[in-house]
Amino acid sequence: MKKHVSRLLLACILMMLCMGAFTSCEEKDETLTLYVYNWGEYISDGSEDSVNSNLEFEKYCKEELGITVKVNYSTFASNESMYAKVSSGSAKYDVIIPSDYMIERMVKEEMLAPLDLSKIPNYQYIDDAFKGENVYYECDSAETYSIPYFYGMIGIIYNTSIVKENDEQIGSWGLMWDDEYKGDILQFNNSRDAFGTAQYKLGLDVNDENEDNWRLALDELLKQKKFVQGYVMDEIFNKMQSGSAAIAAYYAGDYLSMYEDNDDLAFFYPKEGTNSYIDAMCIPKNAQNKDLAHEYINFMCSHDIAMANALYTYYASPVTTVVEDPEYQDAMAEIHEDAMDILYGQPHDPSKAYLNLTPEGLAMQNVLWEELKAKSSIGDGIYIGCGVILGVLASIVVYQLIRKRRWSKLYD
Amino acid sequence: MKKRSFFEHIATAPYVFWASIFIIGPLLVVLYFAFTNQEGKFTFENILSLSSYSHTFIMSLGFALIATVICLLIGYPLAYCMSRMSERSRNILTVLLMLPMWISLLIRTYSLMALLDNGGLVSGFLTSIGFKKLTFIGTEGAVILGMIYDFLPYMVLPIFTSMNKLDVRYLEAAADLGCNNRKTLWRVILPLTMPGVISGVTMVFVPSISTFYISQKLGGGVFDLLGDTIERQFQNAVTYHTGAAISLVMMVLILLSLAIMNKFSDSGEDIIV
Amino acid sequence: MKFLSKFYIGLVFLILYAPILVVILFSFNKSGNLSYFSTFTLDWYIELFEDKEALNALKNSLILAITSSIIATIIGTLAAFGISRAKNRYYRQTLESVANIPMMNPDIVTGVSMMLLFVGVGAIVGAKSTLGFWTMLIAHTTFNLPYVILQVLPKFRQMDKNLTEAALDLGCTPMQTFFRVELPSIMPGIVSGLMMSFTLSLDDFVISHFVSSPDFKTLPLYIYTQTAHEVKFSMYALCTLMIIAIMLLLIAVNVAGSMGERRALKKARGH
Repeated sequence: MKKHVSRLLLACILMMLCMGAFTSCEEKDETLTLYVYNWGEYISDGSEDSVNSNLEFEKYCKEELGITVKVNYSTFASNESMYAKVSSGSAKYDVIIPSDYMIERMVKEEMLAPLDLSKIPNYQYIDDAFKGENVYYECDSAETYSIPYFYGMIGIIYNTSIVKENDEQIGSWGLMWDDEYKGDILQFNNSRDAFGTAQYKLGLDVNDENEDNWRLALDELLKQKKFVQGYVMDEIFNKMQSGSAAIAAYYAGDYLSMYEDNDDLAFFYPKEGTNSYIDAMCIPKNAQNKDLAHEYINFMCSHDIAMANALYTYYASPVTTVVEDPEYQDAMAEIHEDAMDILYGQPHDPSKAYLNLTPEGLAMQNVLWEELKAKSSIGDGIYIGCGVILGVLASIVVYQLIRKRRWSKLYD
Repeated sequence: MKKRSFFEHIATAPYVFWASIFIIGPLLVVLYFAFTNQEGKFTFENILSLSSYSHTFIMSLGFALIATVICLLIGYPLAYCMSRMSERSRNILTVLLMLPMWISLLIRTYSLMALLDNGGLVSGFLTSIGFKKLTFIGTEGAVILGMIYDFLPYMVLPIFTSMNKLDVRYLEAAADLGCNNRKTLWRVILPLTMPGVISGVTMVFVPSISTFYISQKLGGGVFDLLGDTIERQFQNAVTYHTGAAISLVMMVLILLSLAIMNKFSDSGEDIIV
Repeated sequence: MKFLSKFYIGLVFLILYAPILVVILFSFNKSGNLSYFSTFTLDWYIELFEDKEALNALKNSLILAITSSIIATIIGTLAAFGISRAKNRYYRQTLESVANIPMMNPDIVTGVSMMLLFVGVGAIVGAKSTLGFWTMLIAHTTFNLPYVILQVLPKFRQMDKNLTEAALDLGCTPMQTFFRVELPSIMPGIVSGLMMSFTLSLDDFVISHFVSSPDFKTLPLYIYTQTAHEVKFSMYALCTLMIIAIMLLLIAVNVAGSMGERRALKKARGH
């Protein structure tokens, strides 16, 4: 019996060690891993017969470059959470895809590596509107830190079967503050975009750091908090498609994805003005595979892959050959007759972009966002319930104490 | 006997080593973060700044309290009914009770959300029988319902176990000594199953007060509980210190309430003996 | 009264199981939509087995659960042995209350504190990327440990001390005594501790959420990234399969248990 049990234990330990060794060795045999960190639902992933861009890249590396590459692809929900993860150093990435204002911040904080454009020949296909002088988010540096991936604008999506056709607020940010649709409104779950909606509504400058103006926006958001259904990011797809929510501000490309599933949805750019953004591919300074990262960025700008991604995400592509491709235009028109107009109708306007705030501005934004999150009005029912429970508990304790005293008197 | 005691001493060594690095160590790190600022200087500011979260603390406590009490009110009679079934059906019911615990909490909450969503099955059913449109998601009721739904089995199992351990002879003795059913329940069964109640309450209260997934999905992120606040602080590199301070206060709060509860239950047991 | 209690049990279980039944039902739903059921299909099951990432996450989850539960069981059993034999009362009490910390602490605090420790140590050592398989393994082992101790310690206390003394008197070395006499008698505790930590580790999301890296994604983490957008129906299929597997396992355990009892009964009668 002794031998039996100790052998069993020995076997267990051996198995464990083998497994540990196995998991750590597995990736060592000549396979390079490229860590890519991107927004959720922002690449063609092979579902519904689309092209799987990452697999294509692996194939390309194997066939053209003769190296075995594994793309480790993970996603984030907001620029801020991406920044936290990258800056904490708990995980290292080779390619990241932040938005313009976050790139500005990361360039300023020297977190990005300058790109070697000679390694990215496909850069020539990027629209000139996103090059050189027009790049407003790289701190006027002589180096290039980013290659545009997609761009677009924020607009309001609403469900025509719920929102009244003749509602005066259609066309304005006011629609998101219409308490007639209590419980049907969705707001962004990231500070910059959420404050942006209120600032545009009030006609404030989103890049102004005057605290009073931000407070005004906060008041507006607090007012709205009473009748929003929730603060969400990509959950919006599901909620808008299924009709669980009726009004939401989101990115133009995503509207087209939702429209594909639910043609009751309509879309507009609010008349008060809205945000224009560029998401671009960058290489963090501490990336371990910079050459391969360049290769990946170049690959993403190639016509076929850029088109596959554009046809999957429905965002506006900065790659000129894609936009001019009639096949692409036809495919977009099939999804929504105004698709090309929604995406490309207005050229990218840097004056509408978010700019990076100063550290003080960021701290203020953070404090106000926390304030918005922490202030929630809960129904009286909760207070009454708690009061009743505490009252009952207290009376039980008192009752027990009295009884206890009586008993102990009895024993004495 | 000397050799033996050497082996005994050695036996705890790996555990002592592990516990001091990975149980005590992290707590010290939290303590360090809670009392320092970003430059690494000692400060009380993190703890003091928590006053702006007082509402969050009260709300989380309230939600967790209500969820726990409702779980207890549903769970205790359930455990009682279950313990009176035949052994065969008791076994089956135990299996059924444990099964939901094996399914990812994420999936359970998500499918609950799908059920409760506007236009989901529940509201669809209610509107079809003539109710006006109801919104569940994004209300405090949905959050509490989610807590109850996710953690109810944790309440029932320990109570059920302690009921099963209950010696039938106690009940017979109580009946012989002139207790009616109600009196037996209050005077004998309830006090004797108190340990089960205590561990059930702990197992529901602690996860309820610290959850962030349930309030994100079912509350739509409108009700910011302690768990949400902590999670968000760690999404942002500059707020680690605040996050650590909230974690620390929450930990102390929970340990304190558990201690009070244990004390209270001890006094309860005294009366019976 | 009997009817009322049966009705009550039925009602609670019905409510408890409603969302789970939805999961099972809609894993066979062709429309791929949670609001209505169209026709029966097995497409999601096929998709599941073609989903490399999901299968890899499942594999990772299993590796992690097996290794962490085994390590926790070994360390925990030794610790329970040491605690039950310790002469010094304070030493014993300290060890026991330390073991309670991860159990009483909310998961989120455990996760956050571990992350701070790992990132801090990583920054001091200058490691390239701190979080990954090893940090997950450490975290899972740590929160499994108290459950193992909780299961095994009572078994040591219930054990007949005379047996060990007899073994020692008859010339066993302490090692031999441990493996020949004590280990077999605490085996049930070890097995239930192992099972419990395996389950906990397989299902853990909160702690993994904080100490994981994209290198090593477990199934709950994979599901979490999906719930940010939309849960694939293949996940519903996976859950259904898991429910069936667990049901079979539990039924098998129950049947084996009752069969064993019956055999024991027969033996006893035979005597």
